Amino acid sequence: MSTFLGMPATPPRAPYGTGNLRGERKFPRAAHDELLNEQLRRNLGRATGTIRAKRIGVTGELPDWEQLRDAGSAIKTDTMNRLPELLEQLEAKVTERGGTVHWARDGVEANAIVTRLVKATGSSDVIKVKSMATQEIGLNEHLEAEGITPYETDLAELIVQLADDKPSHILVPAIHRNRDEIRQIFLDEIPGVDPDLDNVPAHLAAAARTYLRQKFMTARVAVSGANFGIAETGTLSVVESEGNGRMCLTLPDTLITVMGIEKVLPRYQDLEVFLQLLPRSSTGERMNPYTSMWTGVTPGDGPQEFHLVLLDNGRTAALADRIGREALNCIRCSACLNVCPVYERAGGHAYGSTYPGPIGAVLTPQLAGMHAAKDDPNSSLPYASSLCGACFDACPVKIDIPSLLVELRHQHTEQAGTTAEKLAMKAAAGVMKSPRIYTAAQKAASLSRSVGVGGRDRVISRLPAPFDGWSDSRDTPAPPKQSFRAWLASAEGAATLREASAEGAARRAADDHQEEQ
Amino acid sequence: MRIGLFATCLGDTLFPEAVKSTAVLLARLGHEVVFPPGQTCCGQMHVNTGYQREPVPLVRNFAEQFGDASIDAVVMPSGSCAGSVRHQHEIVAERYGDAALRSGVATVKAKTYELSEFLVDVLDATDVGAYFPHRVTYHPTCHSLRMLRVGDKPLRLLRAVEGIDLVELPEADSCCGFGGTFAVKNADTSTAMLQDKMRNISATRADVCSAGDSSCLMHIGGGLSRIKSGTRTLHLAQILGSTRTAPYALTEAAR
Ligand code: SF4
Repeated sequence: MSTFLGMPATPPRAPYGTGNLRGERKFPRAAHDELLNEQLRRNLGRATGTIRAKRIGVTGELPDWEQLRDAGSAIKTDTMNRLPELLEQLEAKVTERGGTVHWARDGVEANAIVTRLVKATGSSDVIKVKSMATQEIGLNEHLEAEGITPYETDLAELIVQLADDKPSHILVPAIHRNRDEIRQIFLDEIPGVDPDLDNVPAHLAAAARTYLRQKFMTARVAVSGANFGIAETGTLSVVESEGNGRMCLTLPDTLITVMGIEKVLPRYQDLEVFLQLLPRSSTGERMNPYTSMWTGVTPGDGPQEFHLVLLDNGRTAALADRIGREALNCIRCSACLNVCPVYERAGGHAYGSTYPGPIGAVLTPQLAGMHAAKDDPNSSLPYASSLCGACFDACPVKIDIPSLLVELRHQHTEQAGTTAEKLAMKAAAGVMKSPRIYTAAQKAASLSRSVGVGGRDRVISRLPAPFDGWSDSRDTPAPPKQSFRAWLASAEGAATLREASAEGAARRAADDHQEEQ
Repeated sequence: MRIGLFATCLGDTLFPEAVKSTAVLLARLGHEVVFPPGQTCCGQMHVNTGYQREPVPLVRNFAEQFGDASIDAVVMPSGSCAGSVRHQHEIVAERYGDAALRSGVATVKAKTYELSEFLVDVLDATDVGAYFPHRVTYHPTCHSLRMLRVGDKPLRLLRAVEGIDLVELPEADSCCGFGGTFAVKNADTSTAMLQDKMRNISATRADVCSAGDSSCLMHIGGGLSRIKSGTRTLHLAQILGSTRTAPYALTEAAR
């Protein structure tokens, strides 16, 4: 046997994730339809505007907010750099404290593990804490197919579930619904609800509470996600606003937590950073109302059986990307959604993934890939941004989302092979790299004016594909008579600059004279 | 100072008036304006659309044209092109360039400025002797605001303009929806953003909506022209270039 010590073979690429990480249509098509929904745009505009203002208030009041962001970014980066050892430490600690740890390569495995664990309890229903990870893997759909009924207990999540709808926002899943719609959903879907229910928010909440209380008192199994998992101690944490999570985490006999592997934090003390960053960035509150923490099993107190399912589902694939891995630092606060002008107009459904908005546009393609088939909808996500940079400014862990978008666009063009666009880009670069050809092209453009392009008012109002979407709502000026460089080279250009110098010199002399006096 | 003027491909070809005003303004302030004739395009559109190999010659050309040590500063009337030179050229050079390109890029990056930051930070000039007796509102443009962090420098320049009636633009810091090829690839979303921007502009009842980037102005101006708005667009440089002796005549076509 010969041993070859040269170039090592490329290690096999970690597999992409499965589940709700790919829409059916590309972003521009989906956004086109969503944009027609006036109600959606109004709700989104109002809701994101309110949260935005609150967030700016509570982040602006902290003198060390920028240092907190730096600390959050540094801790997350350190975590990703040694993710394997931290996960093993977490596993050891959770096990030591009486919990059981399961490793799931993808959504399929995670769903199977949770189903098996629920079935082992003999229960046919579970109550659920709002969780992105279980949405990502489509756990509810899977449980239902296996004859187990999941009950979402977060109010907005409940609305979405009852309406057989999809969440459109990380934090406010029913942001696309208004009160009247919610009232109707409750009337239609909650058994035994008061038929005179009106649309007053407090009454709607009360109706949900009555319904959910029953579930909390009877359910024997709960499924949650996790905001943080502490490697040092084995402590898991969920932060929330309503208290439904606390109920789920404390009342049942069995608790099953599905946690994305990137949610691990090295030390207990790291929470001092994240429990400031998260609520202020997400709901715009100084502190969220409920922070639950639990470590394994405590005899006689809370669930007596605890399972932690560590979910990869494409995260290792993302981690392999030196630039893209920064997206794994996300703490799911949703600040980037609330400041995003594209999200604000197109809404969450247009992204087709559990993760919408700016972070979704960089995370989804990395978790699930963007070249699964020709015209993969995920390949349109990195382009669903004007690169305005508002997300980067808002992100509590300073993820440079615009740069990640540009990077993923590059990865897309590299993979896409020869396209019409690539040829056009090559041709444009070909013209522009040669000043001679470039100048000739400019002359041709000016000439187009003399042959009548733009008509008498010098305005072009109709352009051919692919620029027709542009010209649907914008006029384009016809090229001017003379380029800047032609003007500069002309006698008029030289004279104008000479006059400007002379005028400036005269003005300065006059100013100096005045000062002397 | 000896200033290398980068016209930008869009400014050179489609919006020369903004570049002329930049040149005139810098000359009026007592500086020597040089125009390296081999300059073309910074490659921003390529990089932002996902192409990093294709613009290598453009990045190289830019570094060569402006690398000369006799050029003290490179100035351009565009926040997004300045952003590209300062943030994207090194990405391209790192990935697809050689050592010479990397060092060339680093050299020009250090002396590249968008017009307003050059005037305020380098020349320490806020009153540039301009005269513009019209009602003006200013859209700060995303790349100037969040990539270059020019802050309120353009507004400080505008406030010092004689005769100007400067009105604040509501929701000024939200994106106009241009985003280069975004406006073509996601035309519907871009249009929705543009509509909100135009609504805010109209609310100011300004004669002129100004900005530091001809690309955003092409988008906003194109929309305002389509809805036959009473507001027209004008580059910041054209307002700063307007003086009592050579005032900008608003009745002329906008460019
Ligand atoms: S990317 Fe940043 S701002 Fe967006 S959800 Fe994640 S942590 Fe929050």
